[in-house]
Amino acid sequence: MSWNDILSLLRISLHAMVPIVLTAVGEIIGETAGLFNIGLEGILLISAFGGALGAEIGGPVVGLAIGMGIGAVISFVFALISTYGKGTQMVTGIGINLFAMGFVAFGLIALGAPGFRDVPKVAEVAKWSTPMGAMSPMIIVALVMPFVIYWFLKRTRAGLILKAVGETPEAADVAGININIVRILAATAGGVLAGLAGAYMSVAWMGLVTKGLSAGRGFIALACVVFSGLNPLLALLGGFIFGLFQALAEWIKTLPSKPIPSQFVSMLPYIVTLLVVSGAIGRVRFPKALGEPYKRE
Amino acid sequence: MTEQQGRSESRLLRGAHRTLTGLHPVFESLLAGVVGLLIGALLMHLYGFNPWKAYIALFRGAYAGSYEIASSISRAVPLILTALTFSICLRAGMFNIGAEGQLMVGAAAAVCVALFALPTGLAQIVGLLLAAVAGAIWSLVPAFLKLWRGVHEVISTIMFNWIGRWLVLYLTIYVLVDPARSERSLSIPLNARLPVLVRGTDLSYGIFVAVAFALLIYFVLWHTTTGYEVRAAGLNPSAARYGGIRSKRTTLLAFILGGMAAGLAGATIVMGLRPAYAIYGGGGLPQLTNLGFDGMAVAMVGRNHPIGILVSALFFGGLNAGGRVMQFYGSNPVPLEMVRIVEGAIVLAMSIPELVRIFPTVKREGERFIGLLRRASLKARKGGDSS
Repeated sequence: MSWNDILSLLRISLHAMVPIVLTAVGEIIGETAGLFNIGLEGILLISAFGGALGAEIGGPVVGLAIGMGIGAVISFVFALISTYGKGTQMVTGIGINLFAMGFVAFGLIALGAPGFRDVPKVAEVAKWSTPMGAMSPMIIVALVMPFVIYWFLKRTRAGLILKAVGETPEAADVAGININIVRILAATAGGVLAGLAGAYMSVAWMGLVTKGLSAGRGFIALACVVFSGLNPLLALLGGFIFGLFQALAEWIKTLPSKPIPSQFVSMLPYIVTLLVVSGAIGRVRFPKALGEPYKRE
Repeated sequence: MTEQQGRSESRLLRGAHRTLTGLHPVFESLLAGVVGLLIGALLMHLYGFNPWKAYIALFRGAYAGSYEIASSISRAVPLILTALTFSICLRAGMFNIGAEGQLMVGAAAAVCVALFALPTGLAQIVGLLLAAVAGAIWSLVPAFLKLWRGVHEVISTIMFNWIGRWLVLYLTIYVLVDPARSERSLSIPLNARLPVLVRGTDLSYGIFVAVAFALLIYFVLWHTTTGYEVRAAGLNPSAARYGGIRSKRTTLLAFILGGMAAGLAGATIVMGLRPAYAIYGGGGLPQLTNLGFDGMAVAMVGRNHPIGILVSALFFGGLNAGGRVMQFYGSNPVPLEMVRIVEGAIVLAMSIPELVRIFPTVKREGERFIGLLRRASLKARKGGDSS
């Protein structure tokens, strides 16, 4: 393994890390306030699709903005159902995923291209040339965002309110905080990040949309959240580990000798996720009211 | 009116009321179905299709004749089983969304029957058993991870879906591969297939497997002590524990039965769905993909009850069979994926128990918010005056 190999491996893992970290950090905001959204996979998929279409029309910035908007809208609807609708969050999430799979596959076919749609080069977020090769500026966003959210959750009044709403909604309610509104705001803000992650995949990273573009990244982000115990900084670390393993899988596939079948390499990130989660879970604690709609006694 | 008359009348009313509340879930499922179809129609309209024509083509293709109905039932077979996977675990208080992976592993195990020369009858039984055992094993690992390490079953079953997919792809390409045709696995031998039930259609004896398993689950859950314990643990885990119910046992039982159902679903496809009778590797296992997730929609609409699931699977099977007709329908060919949009919308609608009550709350909170703003602006204006 040469120095160049290591650099390119690092470059690929940093790129693969971005969607996982952004989605995970967004989900951390929502889960701190008590909403558990397993529809992240669907949000990634739809915002990747919408972001690509937006980029074709108005350039990369519009693409990313539309992705964020889509993420916000879907998460807003999810939060509305989970708070005022008193819905089962797990089922709502499953519904979002099913809907997204159909919506994107249908949209791709209805717009003419069966299976995939390319994003024109001019509409992609320009990559910076660095000594390591072409790097997307979005990597910086993914590196900085966990610190911003960490500061927000631990050091600001609003962050404490989120925590109170997730831990003891009864007490927060008595203190005059509107539980449902706080939860909706938190989930929507988190959705913006998930939408950005989705748009990043199509507009900045891969330059195309397929019906299977998200490839389980929403679920990996969920695992990453579990691994992090709702600490955005650990989510960054977890996201990097998952990105690294995806890069390794791709890298081993290109080796001429093929030391192991590529299917086993592709399995690796999921096995690692399981190992990490089953090892880490002993010490992490989650908000008491996570996943429960708040009902005033 | 005598007192007795009044009493019997009130009993009648109470009976009617009870029937109505009993039917409430049915209405809710129907409402969700209508909402889903409406959202689908809206999207078709936005993309320039004619939703009316599309739905006519779809429902004609699903239920217009005996051939169509048989096709719909054949599509319903795996859905019944994967829906049971989701429901039995939900009844026990857990979200097993691993039917997808358990089904694939079950299908691969059923293909193993091609490795032995077995007499007709025994071959089918062995194939189904292998699939059920493989599905159960794939389901048990997340169950043990939950019991031993506290790993949430949603996370672990999702990971096992992906691991299972890659494992089955590997087996299809390297181990169980058909030497003559490298794009697919060994084919199930003629005498080991589930025979076609209605000539000229895809409907095989697999339907009996699905219905029998649904009845088995019904019997276990509602007519045995163990089933009672499973349901009690699902309704109120801590109360069940105080009542002496061993939650570990109920967890394992629910996951084993669920895994068996999903494994059998895989078997009914490779052993019973013509013309393939083998696993195709190209494009990531297309025949086996998404049946687990569709099963969740079936389970929700069927209210997680085995009998409800049979009915709702017929509806979703019809959507799938009819969707295949709809996509080739003359001037208005709507892609098959439309069906999944409708399914997603139905599940979303099902997840809202207070669908109808959401509107007054939004109005009330909105008024409260506006009131807050008004007071704040008043205060600001007062502050400005005094300075």
